[in-house]
Amino acid sequence: MISIRNIVKQYASHRALDNVSIEIEKGKVFGLLGPNGAGKTSLIRIINQITAPDSGEVLFNGEKLNQSHIERIGYLPEERGLYKKMEIGEQIMYLAQLKGLDKAEARRRIRYWFEKLEIQEWWSKKVEDLSKGMQQKVQFVATVLHEPELLILDEPFTGFDPVNAEIIKNEILELNRKGATIIFSTHRMESVEELCDSIALLNLSHKILEGKVKNIRNNYRNGTYILEYEGAAVQVGGGAPFTVLSETSADGHHQLLLRLNAGSRINDVLQFMLPLASINRLEEKVPTMNEIFIETVSKKNQL
Amino acid sequence: MKKIILIIQREYFSRVKKKSFLLMTFLVPVLFMGMMALVGYLVAKQNEFGDKKKVEVVDENGMFKNKLKNTGTLEFTFVADNYANVKGNFLNSGYDYLLYIPGTLTGTQLFSEKKASAITIQNIESSLTDIASSQRLMTAGIDTAILAKAQKPVTIDAKQLTASGEKDAQTYVAYAIGLLSALLIYMSLFLYGAQVMRGVIEEKVSRVIEVIISSVKPFQLMMGKIIGIGLVGLTQFVLWIVVSVALSAGAGTMMMGSSNMAKTEQVSVLKNAGSADAAVAEQAADSGMGKIMQSLESIPVTYIIFCFLFYFLSGYMLYSAIFAMVGSAVDNETETQQFMMPITLPLVFTFIISMNFIINNPDSSLSVWLSMIPITSPIAMMIRIPFGVPAWQLAVSMVLMVGGFVLTTWAAGRVYRVGILMYGKKASYRELAKWFMYKE
Repeated sequence: MISIRNIVKQYASHRALDNVSIEIEKGKVFGLLGPNGAGKTSLIRIINQITAPDSGEVLFNGEKLNQSHIERIGYLPEERGLYKKMEIGEQIMYLAQLKGLDKAEARRRIRYWFEKLEIQEWWSKKVEDLSKGMQQKVQFVATVLHEPELLILDEPFTGFDPVNAEIIKNEILELNRKGATIIFSTHRMESVEELCDSIALLNLSHKILEGKVKNIRNNYRNGTYILEYEGAAVQVGGGAPFTVLSETSADGHHQLLLRLNAGSRINDVLQFMLPLASINRLEEKVPTMNEIFIETVSKKNQL
Repeated sequence: MKKIILIIQREYFSRVKKKSFLLMTFLVPVLFMGMMALVGYLVAKQNEFGDKKKVEVVDENGMFKNKLKNTGTLEFTFVADNYANVKGNFLNSGYDYLLYIPGTLTGTQLFSEKKASAITIQNIESSLTDIASSQRLMTAGIDTAILAKAQKPVTIDAKQLTASGEKDAQTYVAYAIGLLSALLIYMSLFLYGAQVMRGVIEEKVSRVIEVIISSVKPFQLMMGKIIGIGLVGLTQFVLWIVVSVALSAGAGTMMMGSSNMAKTEQVSVLKNAGSADAAVAEQAADSGMGKIMQSLESIPVTYIIFCFLFYFLSGYMLYSAIFAMVGSAVDNETETQQFMMPITLPLVFTFIISMNFIINNPDSSLSVWLSMIPITSPIAMMIRIPFGVPAWQLAVSMVLMVGGFVLTTWAAGRVYRVGILMYGKKASYRELAKWFMYKE
């Protein structure tokens, strides 16, 4: 869908993007991650043709990015806003027409979305009369109204209460099921794990990690497990197939964080423990995206 | 192109639909006319409104007694007492002024506790001079009848003699039209230019800008805004003219009585018909109101309106592009101060020069130059146009003006496209220059 190839973007004194290449597959939810100032917004602006790269190119379905693609992209910027004094209906009509919809079609689709989100009575309200969360909802409608093939959402959930965040999340997933490719820029790693198929991690203008979420988490597995059991505390001696990293106990409940010794398998752990205790839980501790994010970024920044 | 039209529509209708627009449309002409009427009334009745100042006069040889007439603002009292006494008691005398006229007239003095106003001094001086010179002429043995004849003032009838014949110069009408159109252009450049700037800042502050420019090019947005607000200005002008004409027609009818108006109308009808009665009717109307109406008829209205619209639009395009650039560079309206100087300076300079110099010397080389340079020409040229400007000068000025605004909008657009995405950065002139140089 989108191929970003060797993009360099230089501002007066600093380089916002340094030779960044990313592939985004059609129909997938793609997470664009990175700490503040990593270059995410610069990259998003280039895809939106708000700015142009100094070198490198972006391909949209194999074509070099051009003006005709603008109407096929929907963009929800992180710093969002609407005209404060304009009526909501009129305002979305305007934004939709700028994206190439004709009047009648725009009106029909706004009705559809307003009904879906149960905000019909907002049509002739002014933006300044709405709460922040309500404004976000309106802005979301404006972003998806022209049924873009590519949706770029920069922190789409900020400002929403949990109920509305859930509604918006489901709308995004539904659009994705209907075929829209989604680029999702965020700091909230739990939503990355929940929503994204693949991610790219930017840090200090470079791409430092890219791939499927599942694969990345697999690669970061390091053989640590969580084991919980009840009863008397087990003394783990030299003969055990694992090393205890940490241990917590309360009221006869024990939790171990352990790492397998070289050559051992998880079944060996069970075999060792079964005669000694009644086991409640044994689970591999796969690092979360959050942990991977922090680990990768801080490792890089130390260098 | 379709998108520019959408932007123009939004900018136009969101302003025209506001209540304040409607209010301005009707209120401004009413206020303006009311102000003019008030000024006219006060000038006409100033003698009744001004405080009467009491002047005591010590006239050593009695030359001015009974000749120095009281005016609306000055009341003269001749005192017989000697000068030193009067002067000594002046502060307690209750008089505002003490006028001392020695026998020789040289060393005439005017005393007052506060500073005397310039107009008072001038009035007294000219009255004294008039009386003294008549007195001297009479002493020299000239008959009062001859004197009266000699003092009859001369009025000049200014005519223009051109290849196509002789016509009335209408200098005063030209003066008024020049002043009025220059004033209108001066005010509207500020008024609508500032609206463009505020619009740009609004989009930046509300952060709607990023959504918009993911759909249209920044330059399209800037031009759409400039054109939309320019059309608002044009609409406002047209409405003002309509409302003013309606109001003044109403007021005119009330003040003059309908007969006079009918007469003037009749004259023009007859003239157009080429009837033999025209001359007769013209004579009948050849006084007061009739004369003014006649002068107005001889002014090439369409030509002046065309020039006015051209210089308003092109001047507006040039200045509003700069205003848009300033708006894009700042985060809020208070920060605009530092960039306003280069915009206001040439405008204020031209306006002052126009009012004081160009209007009196419309053909001097300074006037010609100022009416050529695009940043000053909208005002300078409008002052000159009613006095008649050679066609080649007008053509050169217009071509330069078009070139000027094309260049300015292009340059402003380059700064604008970067500026609208910059937040929290204190922009300096150097920063603006850097933005201008950015590739894309």
